[in-house]
Amino acid sequence: MQQFWSVPPITRRAWKVWHRNLQVFFRTWQVNFFPPLIEAFLYLFAIGLGIGSYVKEIDGIPYVNFIAPAILAISVMNSAFFECTYGSYVRMYYQKSFDAMIATPLSIEDVIAGELLWGATRSMLYIIIMLPVLAAFGVISLPLSLFAIPLAFLGGLMFAGIAMCFTAITPSIDTLNYPSFLLITPMALFSGTFFPITLLPVLFQYIALAFPLTHLVAIMRMLTLPALSPELLFHMVWILVVTAVFCTIAINLMRRRLII
Amino acid sequence: MIERQWCKKIINKYRLYRAIRQDLLSFSRYCSKGGIFIYERRTTGSGGAPIPDIIEATGLEKTFGKITAVNGISFAVKKGEVFGFLGPNGAGKTSTMKIIACVSPRTSGSLKVFGLDPDVSPAEIKQRLGVVPQETNLDPDFTCYGNLFTYSRYFDLPPDVAHQKAEELLKFVQLEEKRDVTVEKLSGGMKRRLILARALVNNPDLLILDEPTIGLDPQARHLIWERLKLLQDQGNTIVLTTHYLDEAARLCDRLVIMDNGNILVEGSPEELVKEYVGNEIVEVNKTEEVLSCLQRENIPFEVIGDTIQVATESSREVAKILFDNCTPQNVMTRPATLEDVFLKLTGRKLRD
Repeated sequence: MQQFWSVPPITRRAWKVWHRNLQVFFRTWQVNFFPPLIEAFLYLFAIGLGIGSYVKEIDGIPYVNFIAPAILAISVMNSAFFECTYGSYVRMYYQKSFDAMIATPLSIEDVIAGELLWGATRSMLYIIIMLPVLAAFGVISLPLSLFAIPLAFLGGLMFAGIAMCFTAITPSIDTLNYPSFLLITPMALFSGTFFPITLLPVLFQYIALAFPLTHLVAIMRMLTLPALSPELLFHMVWILVVTAVFCTIAINLMRRRLII
Repeated sequence: MIERQWCKKIINKYRLYRAIRQDLLSFSRYCSKGGIFIYERRTTGSGGAPIPDIIEATGLEKTFGKITAVNGISFAVKKGEVFGFLGPNGAGKTSTMKIIACVSPRTSGSLKVFGLDPDVSPAEIKQRLGVVPQETNLDPDFTCYGNLFTYSRYFDLPPDVAHQKAEELLKFVQLEEKRDVTVEKLSGGMKRRLILARALVNNPDLLILDEPTIGLDPQARHLIWERLKLLQDQGNTIVLTTHYLDEAARLCDRLVIMDNGNILVEGSPEELVKEYVGNEIVEVNKTEEVLSCLQRENIPFEVIGDTIQVATESSREVAKILFDNCTPQNVMTRPATLEDVFLKLTGRKLRD
């Protein structure tokens, strides 16, 4: 048990792994840049304009403006989570890239830390691509919404850490479907994304508070409306603690899986 | 500057004489680099103290749960030599390689690589290692050049040096034409060559090769052997595992044969063949007549399938006895090889 909590010895070499993934991302930029763009448009049209024409307002906020930060937060979650589950699993198991890397001065801790940093960076890049679209539709406020970019990195790191824990214990790539459907999909729907969590039954409100996405959406919404409040601090601390815990466990689990 | 060819001649001539081989290394290094020849005796360090071994293992042990993969083996690898690990599948060769390469921690025993402990300073050791793994793990997201370049970054090579090194190594393994091809489009032989090149990006002091020529056609094997010989001539230390006994006999200065996690024997290929089998093997078809005849003549033999093998110092004598007394069919004599030693020591039972 103790081994899951030990602070992993990470060096600056982790950035070399990050650099490798960044390079591949930009080499195949055509396939990487369009999904976030399309995603932004799809959500805005389908939910924002479609459902929005019936709902009009939530708590006095235009519905499109209400869901705009949720679109960003869900994108942060998805890009980091899927990068560090399916993406990392393919690199670890099928491409044997981690084996090749730990034959160099890189340690397994460096490699996994690099993967986590990359997952977070990917989330951030997606937000950088989506922000102009949302801004063009006038559904987010500037310049405060620009803080969504560093927030995306932090939120991305949190979901990367959670994802990597699953990657470390999954017996095969197929079983990664479970966290996707049982965790990611419900979170995307019930974290105060498309409707306020106060509409949920009380018990479910508490469950929703345990969802990491709830806190990310909350901060994101404060930034884009804008509607800053001291609660931001609570959400921020919550995210920081969860990020630290899951990233630590992820690296230790991965070492247990790969160093035998 | 000395003529290249002249260099080659001298090296080839004296390669056979083991006694002066160590001195020859520095000479060949001079030849290959075309630089100034500094005569250094490689058997001793600058102060006359003996050069410490590159690898020193004592009582090295590795267990996976209840399974013992490596059962307390001891060996030492000297600077500049090619050291082989032979053994059937599951003998513990790859486990040993992984321990030396600092990617798998040992269970017990002591190990020093470059005088450092892999448990304490893995990064420092790995900085000076080149590893060719058994499984091909090139990066499919990159081209041949990209693979070498990206890998150099892990060793902290500055970009311009990495670029130059990558180009140089592509030439070394004859893959210049495939420079910008993604690795998925390479043949098996090309992939192995690229892995060898990748293992060399950091100018390693020690090369660890796990089955370097597995699954290759004869042409590709010969190219890799040639390259390994060249590397050895440049003073590199090489540790390799192989199933191919001709490969071991050709490349290794010294080798160990392992089975079930233990080292059975250690020595140079020639010594081992001489000690455990003899000079020559006489093979003859198995018939009742020959069997009883050999027993009568008191000649030790071994029956393998429908062939009888007689290991001997003089095949001529044995053949003569056979022809004179036993009316044999299909008598064949051949020099004894490492394969005979291997099968004698590890048995003929199939492994998995």
